[in-house]
Amino acid sequence: MKKESKENIKHSSLSDETPTGAGTIAVKVDDLTVAYNYKPVLWDIDLEIPEGVLMAIVGPNGAGKSTLIKSILGILKPIAGSVTIYGKSYEKQRKLVAYVPQKGSVDWDFPTTALDVVMMGTYGSLGWIKRPGQKEKKAALEALEKVGMLAFQGRQISQLSGGQQQRIFLARALVQNASIYFMDEPFQGVDATTEIAIINILKELRKAGKTVIVVHHDLQTVPEYFDWVTFLNVKKIATGPVKDIFNDDNLTKTYGINYKVSIQE
Amino acid sequence: MNSAQLEIQLIASIVAVACAIPGTFLVLRKMAMISDAISHAILPGIVIGFFITQDLNSPVLILLAALTGIITVVLVEYIQKTGLVKEDTAIGLVFPALFSIGVILIAKNANDIHLDVDAVLLGELAFAPFDRLLIGGTDVGPKSLWVVGSILLVTITLLILFFKELKVSTFDKGLAASLGFSPAVIHYGLMSVSSITTVGAFDAVGAILVVALMIAPAASAYLLTTDLKKMLALAISFGIFSAIFGYWVAHWLDASIAGSITTVLGLVFLLVYLFAPTKGIIAVMYREKQQQTEVSLLTFLLHLKNHDEIEERHVNHLYEHINWQKIRAKSVLDLAQKNNMILIENNIVSLTQKGDEFTSKAIDYIMTNEDAQIEDMKADFFLFRG
Repeated sequence: MKKESKENIKHSSLSDETPTGAGTIAVKVDDLTVAYNYKPVLWDIDLEIPEGVLMAIVGPNGAGKSTLIKSILGILKPIAGSVTIYGKSYEKQRKLVAYVPQKGSVDWDFPTTALDVVMMGTYGSLGWIKRPGQKEKKAALEALEKVGMLAFQGRQISQLSGGQQQRIFLARALVQNASIYFMDEPFQGVDATTEIAIINILKELRKAGKTVIVVHHDLQTVPEYFDWVTFLNVKKIATGPVKDIFNDDNLTKTYGINYKVSIQE
Repeated sequence: MNSAQLEIQLIASIVAVACAIPGTFLVLRKMAMISDAISHAILPGIVIGFFITQDLNSPVLILLAALTGIITVVLVEYIQKTGLVKEDTAIGLVFPALFSIGVILIAKNANDIHLDVDAVLLGELAFAPFDRLLIGGTDVGPKSLWVVGSILLVTITLLILFFKELKVSTFDKGLAASLGFSPAVIHYGLMSVSSITTVGAFDAVGAILVVALMIAPAASAYLLTTDLKKMLALAISFGIFSAIFGYWVAHWLDASIAGSITTVLGLVFLLVYLFAPTKGIIAVMYREKQQQTEVSLLTFLLHLKNHDEIEERHVNHLYEHINWQKIRAKSVLDLAQKNNMILIENNIVSLTQKGDEFTSKAIDYIMTNEDAQIEDMKADFFLFRG
């Protein structure tokens, strides 16, 4: 990762450094095609995600954004193509990767507490059968503190607000202490305070050299939150630094309508 | 109590525990109906197994029947995956087909085998003590006790070993998959245990009632706790209680043991459903009533805070201004006064300092949704509880 002068970072409010993409490749996707019931939802995706970027995946509904993440994580089986994490298959690199699914993908009435959900983040490093102990509990409590949810550790998860539930999910990913974080719409249904809290944590992760990949919906905030972006609509439209490729041309190609970005500095 | 009675209760209790454990996870996975499907669809497996082994308690028969259970699950999922019908429809298509094959097999061979549809549907626990297991000529107890005992032992061992994996894959399939705990392996593991348990319990309580033993204790426990381990413990306790109490109900009424156990299970659920401290119907209704009153109170206090004009705050005109019926206005006024939130002088209502603070805090909380503001109010007001 190279230092870049601040003037060059036109839209980004991220301080310090913006990655150039010249460094190590964290995630590499080759010719990935994924289909549901023989209907392709992702067509021949080639994608290289450099280490240390905070990347948004944008695209219209049904563009395959979540599908892309799930395929990278081995949750969905592609019909063609391959994915590598730091040059090796996901199965071998599992411990380097943390995943925050969409909040709506789980049953929040499940009988468990906030702390327990965060502890689940430690299960991956424990492997089968072995049970979490004091060390895992300590890590979970630290993660809860980071997201400002320590006071809610004993709370049943259905008793949390939408924003609090999202923070719990984030804490669960933090506790995995991964190198690459995948998040599926972490800002969905959260209030402004939580959104800021979450993005600050994501920026901190990036500063610590982690790679963060976020499925994102709000185009207005892309330049403010992210330094890297991938446009996706079944096919990959473009990928690269926000300052270079986040423009009307790519937005129009992705969303199919004549798109005008009105971005406040 | 003679030894046969004791043995029957022991078998029933073991069956109840063996059912409650997978049942808890089925309920949490919203798969209660799949246990119904399995319990019916294993019939052809049992019949064919019986043709081969001539013994209802043979391990071969149990494995064969459990395999039919797995086939049921696979078929249901296959039909569902085509996207042409929904899961409940798929279940409704698969299990009657398999069950009817079993019924035809029994009917065709009714003269040769000791197996009838009644026993299959309802089980016959009362006869369990007559079929003894002899090892080297020594009587070591009823065969079915050993069968269900072994199944329970396996179930508990698997539960202890894979509790973490079961929990995470039940709560969040995606996370489980990304962490390397294959949800498919855990899913089919749970389905296998459910199938084997169902076959084991089949002999004791029959195809229909085994579903009740799986679902009712777990559903009752679900209403009582927010902790998975406690839910399991409660489900197990409800199962044992219903098994033993149900046996004695059958004894007093001279009725079917399986039927009595299921009736007790139903009553246990009904009681929990009505009286559970937070999720029970009565508690929910009480809470809603309280919240309604408190919302009224807050509306009233806010009105006082917003209006200085004397005519807006006159006792007799309040109901006109807030557009409430007199009786509601009166009860809210009484509540506010009882809590020292208002002061009435010359029929003019004004906020006390306590009332003023309460209103500010409550509005603040409603607008920001920040918990810190109302920590001290939570104990007194339902409005601010989760």
